[in-house]
Amino acid sequence: MDKTLRRWAPLFVLPALICFVIAFLVPMIMGFVLSFFKFSTVTDGVFVGWSNYKRIFIDMDFIKALWMNVRFTVVTVIMINILAFFLALLVTRGVKGTNIYRTIFFMPNLIGGIVLGWIWLLIINGILLPKNATIITDPKYGFWGLVALANWQNIGYMMVIYIAGIQTINKDLLEAAEIDGANSWIRLKSVILPSIMPAITICSFLTLTSGFKLFDQNLALTAGNPARQTEMLALNIYNTFYTRSNFEGVGQAKAVLFTILVAAIALSQLALTRQKEVEV
Amino acid sequence: MSNLQRKNTRDRLISIALALLSLLFIAPILIVLMNSFKSKLFISSEPFRFPNTETFTGRANYIEGAKKINFFKAFGYSLFITTFSVLAVVFTTSMLGWYLTRVKSRFTQITYYLLVFSMIVPFQMVMFTMSKIANMLHLDNPLGVIVLYVGFGAGLGTFMFSGFIKTIPLSLEEAALIDGASPPQTFFLVVLPMLKPTAITIAILNAMWIWNDYLLPYLTIGTEYKTIPVAIQYLRGGYGAVDMGAMMAMLVLAMVPIIVFYIFTQRYIIEGVVAGAVKG
Repeated sequence: MDKTLRRWAPLFVLPALICFVIAFLVPMIMGFVLSFFKFSTVTDGVFVGWSNYKRIFIDMDFIKALWMNVRFTVVTVIMINILAFFLALLVTRGVKGTNIYRTIFFMPNLIGGIVLGWIWLLIINGILLPKNATIITDPKYGFWGLVALANWQNIGYMMVIYIAGIQTINKDLLEAAEIDGANSWIRLKSVILPSIMPAITICSFLTLTSGFKLFDQNLALTAGNPARQTEMLALNIYNTFYTRSNFEGVGQAKAVLFTILVAAIALSQLALTRQKEVEV
Repeated sequence: MSNLQRKNTRDRLISIALALLSLLFIAPILIVLMNSFKSKLFISSEPFRFPNTETFTGRANYIEGAKKINFFKAFGYSLFITTFSVLAVVFTTSMLGWYLTRVKSRFTQITYYLLVFSMIVPFQMVMFTMSKIANMLHLDNPLGVIVLYVGFGAGLGTFMFSGFIKTIPLSLEEAALIDGASPPQTFFLVVLPMLKPTAITIAILNAMWIWNDYLLPYLTIGTEYKTIPVAIQYLRGGYGAVDMGAMMAMLVLAMVPIIVFYIFTQRYIIEGVVAGAVKG
């Protein structure tokens, strides 16, 4: 089979592979190489060594964006996962209309980041109206606006994954614990939590990476305002490329660091999951 | 008896809590809908009030907005690009996934790992070089963008298809080949029908991503062919001045197709997204 199939390799491999090489592989390699070059189009590069990387840290904007991003991600990962988990508990108690609730809570996840940003701009500015302020009056408004948006977008999504986890809980074990007089806290800790550990791992990973990669929502809701104080990493890199001249190399160097950060999170997650699977 | 009563009261309390939470989840969409019928002067001054005889403007915002950003053209581009990219991703990645799973060589192994790696890399890493290359290769049109989407969708598609193919026994394919079927016949008549559940998942995940995607179409075809997210963001003028009336109406028009589609396919969408999260 192997041999017969090999003769047809071009038909099966080339369509996807050519697209992959054009859209990802070549741009990825070029991007990495160009992070050591000064350039404004991709063909006029002059080698500059580590200079682009050093220039990242001349002004504090990248560090500030990183700090904003870390705070945002920590807050959203915690909030989204706790709220999604309790929502999943409520929805799986077997009351009428469970399916409708699940459908409603999940819905915001289908709406694109740009549209989400504008929806929440209206709402946050409406809430701030009595204070005579808008979302760009104070960076903390933009921060909590982004947090609210991320919660609305992701709680339903994570809830659905937690529901799948909760459905794997051993009902007999839960009943036995109840008969033995275990209170709800002990039941949660010793029966429910261990069964939903895989769901917790998946959800924290998804919220963690999406928190760092957030772009559209950031652009539409605050565009980094006021004074770039609500700008997170992806938007900071974008602005470095497209709003400052002579900073393309710096933007590319930032993108390399950003990739390393995101890849490190993804790989440590993978290692963690593997380890868990071995234990089980 | 008292136990049953307690359960009833508890169920009622959960139902009330869920109903209130659902309302909270739909509220942002309803507020946008409500404001889309108000004159733009009143959207920022009283965003949470129903339109009244003074503030109601009927369809004016819709007409104004659709004209301003050429909404129906944008809808056409979004529909064209999403439909054909999704079809292309499903067909090309299922073919590649089959080949990579069934043929063992250094080439297939390296290709597989590169594809998995591409899923981790954030878009900012390749956006600059990719858009320049797309430009040089004349892929900066709705048809060319499909090539780019296949390239970026290749990782997840191939990964999920080959994950599923590993679980189907070889014997069926071998029988087909021994009976004289060629590899393409074997793939399209024997293998592809079995891949249907994964194909639906891949189609849903890609459709959601491509329909809502902003940065890729903005950077490659944004000046000439605006998809819906690009057109909506374009309403923010050069100096941040926004016609909120037109914006509200366009947000509604952007959400309606998604919500209608969701109502009819919600079971598949939720299952598909969960499958994608768990396996991806």
